[in-house]
Amino acid sequence: MIRLTGIRKSYRTGSSTLEVLKGIDLHIAKGELVSIMGASGSGKSTLLNIIGILDNYDNGEYRLDSLLIKGQSETENAGLRSKYIGFIFQSFNLISFKNALENVALPLYYQGIPRRKRNEQALAMLENVGLKDWAHHMPNELSGGQKQRVAIARALVSGPKIILADEPTGALDSTTSREVMELLKHVNRDMGMTVVIVTHERAVAAASQRVIYLRDGMIENDRLDPATLLADVR
Amino acid sequence: MFDRENWGEILQSIGKNKLRTVLTGFAVFWGIFMLILLLGLGNGLRNGFAYNFRNTAENSISIWGGETSKPWNGLPANRNIQLTEEDVEALRHTIPGLEHIAGNYRVWRGNSQLQYGNNYGSYNIHGIINEQQLLEKQTVAQGRFINEVDEQLKRKTIVIADDARKELFKDEDPMGKWVNVNGVPFQVVGLYASENEGRQGMMQRNPVFIPLSAAQQVFNAQRDVDEIMFSFSDASLAGAAMAEQRTRHTLARMHNFDPTDDRAIWLDNNVENVSTFNGIFTGISGFIWFIGIGSLVAGIVGIGNIMLIVVKDRTREIGVRKAMGATPANVIGQILMEAIFVTAVFGWFGLALGVLLLEGLASVVPGSEFFRNPTIDFRTAIWALIAMLMAGTIAGYFPARRAAAIRPIEALRDE
Ligand SMILES: Nc1ncnc2c1ncn2[C@@H]1O[C@H](COP(=O)(O)OP(=O)(O)OP(=O)(O)O)[C@@H](O)[C@H]1O
Ligand SMILES: [Mg+2]
Repeated sequence: MIRLTGIRKSYRTGSSTLEVLKGIDLHIAKGELVSIMGASGSGKSTLLNIIGILDNYDNGEYRLDSLLIKGQSETENAGLRSKYIGFIFQSFNLISFKNALENVALPLYYQGIPRRKRNEQALAMLENVGLKDWAHHMPNELSGGQKQRVAIARALVSGPKIILADEPTGALDSTTSREVMELLKHVNRDMGMTVVIVTHERAVAAASQRVIYLRDGMIENDRLDPATLLADVR
Repeated sequence: MFDRENWGEILQSIGKNKLRTVLTGFAVFWGIFMLILLLGLGNGLRNGFAYNFRNTAENSISIWGGETSKPWNGLPANRNIQLTEEDVEALRHTIPGLEHIAGNYRVWRGNSQLQYGNNYGSYNIHGIINEQQLLEKQTVAQGRFINEVDEQLKRKTIVIADDARKELFKDEDPMGKWVNVNGVPFQVVGLYASENEGRQGMMQRNPVFIPLSAAQQVFNAQRDVDEIMFSFSDASLAGAAMAEQRTRHTLARMHNFDPTDDRAIWLDNNVENVSTFNGIFTGISGFIWFIGIGSLVAGIVGIGNIMLIVVKDRTREIGVRKAMGATPANVIGQILMEAIFVTAVFGWFGLALGVLLLEGLASVVPGSEFFRNPTIDFRTAIWALIAMLMAGTIAGYFPARRAAAIRPIEALRDE
């Protein structure tokens, strides 16, 4: 599903260039639940953004569902994102003037689905994440965990093949974190979506099937056994 | 692209920040309002001046006898030139494209006395032929105007306006009654619509009309006329100059004066007056559009600026939309439509209020020679609307471009 070969990415700030990704080779198969860990600044978000076609890369090759992602127009990229990818962010990124239902329905709007059908699907998805009764609440009337569940529903609603989550529990306490992880596991197991989670939390990573450890823009350890994370204090 | 779904999105994001929307819209509202108001006031001035020309055919010339200032063919200077009906006939045959021509004989108010029973009044008396009406465009309010039979039979008939009717007849019906004009009885056959509604008082009174032949008889004037007026088909400036030249030459021949003597006859060329007047008002109109468009441009810049701030404000939202699959066209469409919508709504209010104010003004302010009926026509309003929509498009274009260029990755970065 996701195949990265020799991906390099650097940022230019003023006169100096900072190489953030230094040749990433990574294959994530369909239906995997993968966590990416690593120190702050190791390039996790950058990697996830490249996978999500929110950012471009300098060198290497990225194939999404065997399609080479390189040089597409912004419009084509929008179509690819719409078709393949659902995003979940640390800070939820719900649109503040839309209620839960409207937020969830937004990706469907850009797919040109008519309003009635859109709202039906969005409501079903809210029910799926246990927030049916909150459909008409505005984001500022929801708790952090509820907001993240709305965001998850929004990521799922258009039936993407891949869910990308950048520190989805970063702003949540441990109980709600666990709920969110359960939800993502359910998405992966029962809906068959490929899920990639960037996280700092061992507990979150431990819930996934595979942990990728980044250090200084390189993969230090792939296929780290999640079980060891809880015991071993790295 | 502009379907109901989009409108939902647009209305929602406009409604999200009402203050911003109102501030944005106000600039455009004000621009359009001022434009309409200025155009209306300009029209008021124009209408006021046009009112002065209402009674004369636009392509007409009138001539008065003067006094020669140059000797000619052995004749001395300082001779009075008295126009006659022979001049009218001569001009009838020499002016190319002549439409109507009429001479009239005048008795000034100071020399006239109208009397009915115990009521007296003093009015300018115009001895006219029926063709005069085609040149001066009087409208008959009741009865009839002076006609050809009156002229041929030298009938003692008279047509008066409302001011004379009130003064002489009070509440009586004047039709068919006999009025003494300097002692000679004339029968009232008609009332014509008053010309001087705007002016009150003794200064301006409407003239009374009697047949030219009767006037010449009563006032012992043989075939004299005081003014000759004619209209002609070629209303261009060149045509008018041509008619003027022919007139001078014909009358110079008839009365034996130097054709270059510009004091022998007085000549009022309405085409030249109208064209000078039109020139002035084209200038005024241009100036008004200039100022109006200027204030509209200020509105556009204002709305564009605020929209830019809005786009910056909404960077994250736009980033989220893009991450959710919005194409650049979606984003441009949304920002553009928002700008156009806000412009159109507030512009419409500006237009409506401007027009309403002008209508109110038109009904409150009495018409005068300087200012009347300060309203704008439908075409101008349409132009203002077009200007408005263009304003909205321009105001939205640059912010929309900027919004489309926002990279989701920049927008979504957690600070
Ligand atoms: N747009 C940018 N311009 C310049 N430098 C950038 C940019 N985005 C990221 N970086 C740098 O790239 C490096 C990697 O950033 P990235 O966000 O991928 O780290 P991360 O692993 O997600 O860290 P964290 O755990 O703190 O979120 C950091 O040093 C960051 O400062
Ligand atoms: Mg990060």
